[in-house]
Amino acid sequence: MKINYCDALVIGGGLAGLRAAVASQKKGLNSIVLSLVPVKRSHSAAAQGGMQASLGNSKMSDGDNEDLHFADTVKGSDWGCDQDVARMFVHTAPKAIRELAGWGVPWTRVREGSREAVINAKKTTITEDADRHGLIMSRDFGGTKKWRTCYTADATGHTMLFGVANEALRQDVDIRDRKEAISLIHENNRCYGAIVRDLITGELEAYVSKGTCIATGGYGRVFKQTTNAVICEGIGAAIALETGVATLGNMEAVQFHPTPIVPSGILLTEGCRGDGGILRDVDGHRFMPDYEPEKKELASRDVVSRRMIEHIRNGKGVPSPYGEHIWLDISILGREHIEKNLRDVQEICQIFNGIDPADEGKKGWAPVLPMQHYSMGGIRTKPTGESQNLNGLFACGEAACWDMHGFNRLGGNSVSETVVAGMIIGNYFADYCLTNDVTIPTATVQKFMDKQDAYLDEILAYNGTEDIFRIKNKMQNLMDNKVGIFRDGTGLAEAVDELEDLLKKTKQINVKSKERVGNPELEEAYRVPRMLKVALCVAKGGRERTESRGAHYREDYLKRDDANWLNRTLTSWPDENDTQPTITYEELDIMTMEMPPAFRGYGAKGMIIENETSAVRQAEVDEITEKMQAEGKDRHEIQDALMPFSLPMNYREKNERAGDK
Amino acid sequence: MSLEKGREITISVLKFNPRSKVSKPHFVDYKLEETPGMTLFIALMKIREEYDPDLSFDFVCRAGICGSCGMVVNGKPALACRTLIANYPTGVLQLMPMPAFELIKDLSVNTGKWMDDMSKRVQSWIVTNEETDITKMEERVDPDVADETFELDRCIECGICVASCGTKLMRPDFVGPVGLNRVARFEVDPHDQRTAEDFYELIGDDDGIFGCMSLLACEDHCPKHLPLQNKIAYLRRKLVALR
Ligand SMILES: Cc1cc2nc3c(=O)[nH]c(=O)nc-3n(C[C@H](O)[C@H](O)[C@H](O)COP(=O)(O)OP(=O)(O)OC[C@H]3O[C@@H](n4cnc5c(N)ncnc54)[C@H](O)[C@@H]3O)c2cc1C
Ligand code: SF4
Ligand code: FES
Repeated sequence: MKINYCDALVIGGGLAGLRAAVASQKKGLNSIVLSLVPVKRSHSAAAQGGMQASLGNSKMSDGDNEDLHFADTVKGSDWGCDQDVARMFVHTAPKAIRELAGWGVPWTRVREGSREAVINAKKTTITEDADRHGLIMSRDFGGTKKWRTCYTADATGHTMLFGVANEALRQDVDIRDRKEAISLIHENNRCYGAIVRDLITGELEAYVSKGTCIATGGYGRVFKQTTNAVICEGIGAAIALETGVATLGNMEAVQFHPTPIVPSGILLTEGCRGDGGILRDVDGHRFMPDYEPEKKELASRDVVSRRMIEHIRNGKGVPSPYGEHIWLDISILGREHIEKNLRDVQEICQIFNGIDPADEGKKGWAPVLPMQHYSMGGIRTKPTGESQNLNGLFACGEAACWDMHGFNRLGGNSVSETVVAGMIIGNYFADYCLTNDVTIPTATVQKFMDKQDAYLDEILAYNGTEDIFRIKNKMQNLMDNKVGIFRDGTGLAEAVDELEDLLKKTKQINVKSKERVGNPELEEAYRVPRMLKVALCVAKGGRERTESRGAHYREDYLKRDDANWLNRTLTSWPDENDTQPTITYEELDIMTMEMPPAFRGYGAKGMIIENETSAVRQAEVDEITEKMQAEGKDRHEIQDALMPFSLPMNYREKNERAGDK
Repeated sequence: MSLEKGREITISVLKFNPRSKVSKPHFVDYKLEETPGMTLFIALMKIREEYDPDLSFDFVCRAGICGSCGMVVNGKPALACRTLIANYPTGVLQLMPMPAFELIKDLSVNTGKWMDDMSKRVQSWIVTNEETDITKMEERVDPDVADETFELDRCIECGICVASCGTKLMRPDFVGPVGLNRVARFEVDPHDQRTAEDFYELIGDDDGIFGCMSLLACEDHCPKHLPLQNKIAYLRRKLVALR
């Protein structure tokens, strides 16, 4: 048996995993990062639009600060998030972006003087002050009070990922790609590393470590229509679930993005609308103002996605061989703007659809339709990033339910979360590895290894009539049709039953080649059952949650129900022979919130079943705030009195801003 | 879906598993019906699902962003995910793995390992003595300089330029256009304090900047349209002036 020992094991080499590994490496720990693919090819590379951080540099973001970012994030989450975590996040985001600037991420910068911008479909002139020249610029995104999303044209994820990956190389982090974690090693509620399959040689190896951090990204590929990379299969979450100890949080909270291009599902960034692009229907009519007069195209993603489908259902969709869609029109931004700031978008339209979006009029409109985009759910953690039940297991990034996104994530808050969580959780994780030893007998490691070894042989020996690719396709179609943007009890119940059935069928397949090396069908055969478990958590969580909150929208329960559902869904898989997850709930305590539940400010009004405690807590918050304001206390002191939070390192220090008085 | 039947296309793939004792390199032809907007990503996925589950290739983003899917298509290295079948009038596409990289199996090559070594070799990171104080305002950067850095930072390390490079095929240790572009990128970045002398130490030899024979294929094939030849020429002039 090959055992690799290390202090800190990070599974996943996207932005979150690499940043966490830098944190542990900097504390002198020997850190290993595992990844399915070369780390710079991780899904993070695909983020186009940008990263939220309340720098307040440019004209349209002047006056921004942590408080506004916090309020937007909590509202965006439809009050599903952990407000402690949201505070930790907004406070660290400006530091994260400045760190990245120091590592060479070439953020687009403020240029003094006047420039034209399109706001609400009208040309407007914005004049930047000379004293802000050269500071980091930001653009508009949905659901934010200020223009807060910092960017590098439309390749933000790419430049961030290369910046962090290069830093990891500089710090000599041991990066090993084409290595897939397929099970966690654990004993007495403590995690000791993972069993890993080498994707080149097919060999199984054990990685034993003091602490393990999962940063394997989201589970978008359980759906068919998705913007996600083909490797976003949720295996990291699945192997945590399979311990029977760790839990997953809010798996039903799945975000759909309004503007992937049809039919390939490649995303056209929210920056398109942020920069002033608009949506049009079959008549060329701009319909969003009819539904959302205030925020229009820039309401949050869940709202815009539903409005689009609603409009299509009202007979206003554009027919096409791939079904009905909506048009996205960015030609009104002008060719110059598109060729500079939305070049990748332009390229995607040209290559995959043969359209130049800078062409004026209908010729340049791109066909778009909402599709799965982001996994709010994931491995449930405490604010330190450690699993609530399995000690020594940490999670960060999209793989985690840390939980600052609740039931809807704001654009630009995700890549921001990856690096911020990498900093915060990475440090707590490193501290754990510094203070805990490996105390596991080799025999236990061998047991976990043998089990995976036997499992692969078992798969190769199946000789049924089912086909693993077909099972996967069925799962994906089912998820689109019954667990999609609009959900209801009947569809969800059917989905749970059918997924359960598919899970059983994964043992009735026949893998054609019996090779253990270089056999893509074998890989599907051990991944798909795990994907089905993840899908079951999504569908069953959705079936049980009889309310609409954020991206989880039930046509049979249209209201957000704070009286009964202000909680977080936890799913676990206690017995490996189970064919469905077990569900429990974790209450959210209004009395400890800085911002008790209220109306989000977009979407339909009056659609909330209120919780009486909200008013009680709001009165308390108002009283404390007024009193302290009268005493001349500043916003930081007031915030601290309302909801104190802690952070490692010097992350608690105040953020300096050009607009500081 | 369109009702009209698509033309029949032939995808001819070089199959070889270097880790198997019995495998020998050979071409296998797959015939399928073209669908509107079909890319090599769509075609190869279909082949794997319906004809040959054993066929190996690499895709991640399937959107031309991550650099995973470089392969040689009818003699030219290209990103398979953004290769439209419709652009090949004969309907016959011959696929081979990219040369210059270690072969994993069939169309899959180990570009990641090569790129990691390259990054370490040219120290593809900011070198500076200054610590960033992350609680303070960021250092100002002229917007034009930031844009210029970004333009060179867009390389996705797909390896297509390396696979296109005549020098690389003759000189296995050549750092390749991608490596030289990295140097050019850090040379313009104001955060980096390295001098021309420092860069000379890294690439001032025939395996570096003086090895390039200016055959131009790198720039012709680069899917991100990086100005490789221009930058190589610029660096060469700059470094030659030192000695
Ligand atoms: C098209 C698109 C555009 C986006 N644009 C934006 C944007 O503009 N702004 C924003 O904030 N967010 C955006 N997002 C979301 C954001 O990009 C992701 O949420 C974020 O990058 C996730 O980062 P991560 O580090 O958590 O995971 P990932 O980047 O997905 O990395 C996961 C890593 O885990 C590895 N891995 C997975 N499974 C295993 C395993 N079993 N064993 C070993 N390794 C494994 C993978 O190889 C990979 O290295 C976008 C998302 C998409 C799809
Ligand atoms: S320079 Fe161009 S061709 Fe070469 S690796 Fe970078 S993106 Fe690919
Ligand atoms: S799969 Fe990412 S570039 Fe082709």
